[in-house]
Amino acid sequence: MTTETAPRKDINVQELERVTIRFAGDSGDGMQLTGTQFTRTAAVFGNDVSTLPDYPAEIRAPAGSLPGVSGFQISFSSADIYTPGDQPDVLVAMNPAALRTNIGDLLPGGALIVNSDAFNASNLKKAGYEASPLADGSLKQFTVFEVPISALNAGALAGLDMTSKQIDLTKNFFALGMMFWLYERSMEPTLNWIDERFSAKPVIAEGNRRALKAGYAFGETTEMFHTTYRVAPAKLAPGTYRNITGNEATALGFVTAARLAGRDLVYGSYPITPASDILHSLATYKNFGVKTFQAEDEIAAIGAAIGASYGGAMGLTASSGPGIALKSEALNLAVMVELPLVVVDVQRAGPSTGMPTKTEQADLLMAMFGRNSDSPVPIVAPATPAECFEYAIEAWRLALKYMTPVIYLSDAFLATGAEPWRVPSTADLPDISVPSHTDRATFQPYARDPQTLARPWAVPGTPGLEHRIGGLEKADVTGNVSYDPDNHHRMQMLRQQKINGIATDIAPLEAFGPAQGDLLVLGWGSTYGSIRSAVERLQAEGWSVAHAQLRHLNPLPANTEQVLRSYRKVLVPEVNLGQLSLLLRARFLIDVIGFNRVRGKPFRIIEIKQAAEELLGEMAK
Amino acid sequence: MTTLTPENAQVIELTRKDFVSDQEVRWCPGCGDYSILAQTQKSMPDFGVPKENIVFVSGIGCSGRLPYYMNTYGFHTIHGRAPTLATGLKLANPELMVWVITGDGDALSIGGNHVLHSMRRNVDIKLIMFNNRIYGLTKGQASPTSEMGKKTKSTPAGTVDFPVQPLSIALAAEASFVARSVDTHTEHLQETLERAGHHHGSVFVEVLQNCNIFNDGAYRDFTERDVRDDRMLVLEHGKPMIFGKERDKGIRLRGLHPEIVQLGQDGVTEADLLVHDEEAADPYLAYMLSRMWWPDFPVPVGVLRRIRRPTHDRLMVGQIEDARARDGDGDLEQLLVSGETWVVD
Repeated sequence: MTTETAPRKDINVQELERVTIRFAGDSGDGMQLTGTQFTRTAAVFGNDVSTLPDYPAEIRAPAGSLPGVSGFQISFSSADIYTPGDQPDVLVAMNPAALRTNIGDLLPGGALIVNSDAFNASNLKKAGYEASPLADGSLKQFTVFEVPISALNAGALAGLDMTSKQIDLTKNFFALGMMFWLYERSMEPTLNWIDERFSAKPVIAEGNRRALKAGYAFGETTEMFHTTYRVAPAKLAPGTYRNITGNEATALGFVTAARLAGRDLVYGSYPITPASDILHSLATYKNFGVKTFQAEDEIAAIGAAIGASYGGAMGLTASSGPGIALKSEALNLAVMVELPLVVVDVQRAGPSTGMPTKTEQADLLMAMFGRNSDSPVPIVAPATPAECFEYAIEAWRLALKYMTPVIYLSDAFLATGAEPWRVPSTADLPDISVPSHTDRATFQPYARDPQTLARPWAVPGTPGLEHRIGGLEKADVTGNVSYDPDNHHRMQMLRQQKINGIATDIAPLEAFGPAQGDLLVLGWGSTYGSIRSAVERLQAEGWSVAHAQLRHLNPLPANTEQVLRSYRKVLVPEVNLGQLSLLLRARFLIDVIGFNRVRGKPFRIIEIKQAAEELLGEMAK
Repeated sequence: MTTLTPENAQVIELTRKDFVSDQEVRWCPGCGDYSILAQTQKSMPDFGVPKENIVFVSGIGCSGRLPYYMNTYGFHTIHGRAPTLATGLKLANPELMVWVITGDGDALSIGGNHVLHSMRRNVDIKLIMFNNRIYGLTKGQASPTSEMGKKTKSTPAGTVDFPVQPLSIALAAEASFVARSVDTHTEHLQETLERAGHHHGSVFVEVLQNCNIFNDGAYRDFTERDVRDDRMLVLEHGKPMIFGKERDKGIRLRGLHPEIVQLGQDGVTEADLLVHDEEAADPYLAYMLSRMWWPDFPVPVGVLRRIRRPTHDRLMVGQIEDARARDGDGDLEQLLVSGETWVVD
């Protein structure tokens, strides 16, 4: 470039259908924020997006260390996408540790952008590098962009009344600005966010604004980048959209369910990763009458929820596996007294404390059987972050209609992952209200609705319905304490039949693809995206394969067996060691084939595709 | 919700028998629980609360059966957790009068955490703890209030656990009403329950209760009719601490310690005695009383502490009212499209 008046250098613009970027840095580097800002911007632009935050449980592991690396992957596309991408096309590594822990995932030929300032002897040593990977040729299969982000950023912020530490903290916005330029994104949404977030700290706001703009300007003026990339808006169904995480959608779904049912929501909760954000969200809906109660422990949280439901409100509690284990005795009380209750399990990798920020689907059998005696509880499991909204309402529909506790199985991937959500019109949402019983002439605490087998909800404060309930076995109809052997058998059967009967009141299992064929890939919960993508690819290659995703795990939809028997083989991928497989085999005597990986991460599309190809190949022989 | 109006006032002119349920009472003959049940039923009409607005919540143990015998709403829950259900119930409907019936094992062992937190939050529940210093329903194991060295089926060589003092725990947990009574002192018990029922906030009442099967005579040494005046101290607000059949003994403070003095001896007069103040802002006097026990001291009964603090449910409702006053009643349509949205045509 020789002319002084042409700031825009010669650049190519390349059209792409889909790009996957991973931001990785120290947990203090603000990678989650960077990723979230990029996601919002892409979503508002109209791309389909899917995200995978991946962060350590430690709030601040030692700076520069391998365990301290925090990552955020976002995939954005001009077509429908179902997953955050198997492997990133672009890796932004803010230090050597981030490079080391993430480089294995970068696609060969992918772009690697590093903050070269962080590649000093001390950081290299902490990451276990003997020599700098930037100099030893080990990265030659990638397109490497070495950017002295720290220094450039410090230069841009020179003169502001900020400490050098404060200035260093803004370098993630420099990186973000660069990515905005590379992918032709507007800085506006993030600039607005900065203004709002730092309205009380004008200097910090200015620092972050400058960092963002400096990164963008760097992309524009440097000779380093010769191409920008354009990912056109996706052709999504018409409607109003917003970007939403699973936990946000879950919380919104519950507030909505309370409105649809015309009752107050009382949320009992004890802080636990990755469920705490549900509490944080619900605590802000006070003008919707939501009462949030941060209890002394997990047991108190569910106890308060049951007490609230007894009092005529909608008692709700949420936790993750270790907390659900603590709640099991109280949950069984709710089974016995037949009160509506929703228990959310945002599953994480276990056993015990396990890997609190990593995902897993291994609480299914605990949800099914983790209580003393035969204790049936309906289980629902949303398949995508946006679907969490719909299934929060569905959980309450079942709880209220059937007077039963319901378990709602989410997981860390759904909870923290985000995607665009088409906001429904409230007019399209179901009426899930049920009346409390008030008629004294017909009142019997354990008389049952002939259709649903639900008992009446007789709320304290209702004249003439004074009665006693509790964990001791109930006499049929009267609800008095009973040790009668035949009564106990009858009540066990009634409790089971009530839950079994839900099978015909839920959406049937739907197969995507041929109604009969060689292979059905059957999943549940957050595996939806990987399975759907793998099956679409296999179908495009001409294989006879279909996909079905269970959203109701107990009871299973009434047509489940029929769907399973319509294919020669059934592959069941699960992020556990075969829990749904066990249930299906036991229930239907169908020899389903499990595909099980428990790495704390969602499935890659390719893993499922390969597992399916193996089976399809065998059948083709 | 039925509230008291002139039109329905006659409905709540209730008597004890209105609170007797149709269920057969199944405690051991001679159990102190019978008396507690009777005094509870007798005290109910005093509150002027329609019985549909009264709920008895219990845990597990002999005491846990009490709700079945009350003709009110009742919920027999699980071991130690009654305060948690009661907390949620009050959140759902702050208008209800909620009683928690518990025992020394239920409240102080398995449920200790919930007692601590329901009391410190000032949840508007009336917790009545039957203290028989033994596990009765499981047939006689040592409890957290069993005396050191007590021989039971589970501790044949004597327990090596030091006991807890329930009222000290209630005070440390910041209960806003702390009292003690005795199963057989029926008038005192009824009066204590009535005062508990009129209090708004976290109530902790310890009832010394005799288990005539597994721990008979646990309190005999100071509760029997012929000795109790000399061995128990009946607390009365604003009155000097006097006891004794002849009303001739009192409690005086020496330094930081209470001591027993003989009125009229060495020039001691009523003016030298401690005056009970259940409304004292600080809990020191109440705590001192909670540590007094026979045979070193007469055992205090009555209200040790009664203070006013905003209740948990009212604070919660207050926040909701504030939010509604500030932001208006939540609009669902608006909530769903809050945050950044975009439209696809």
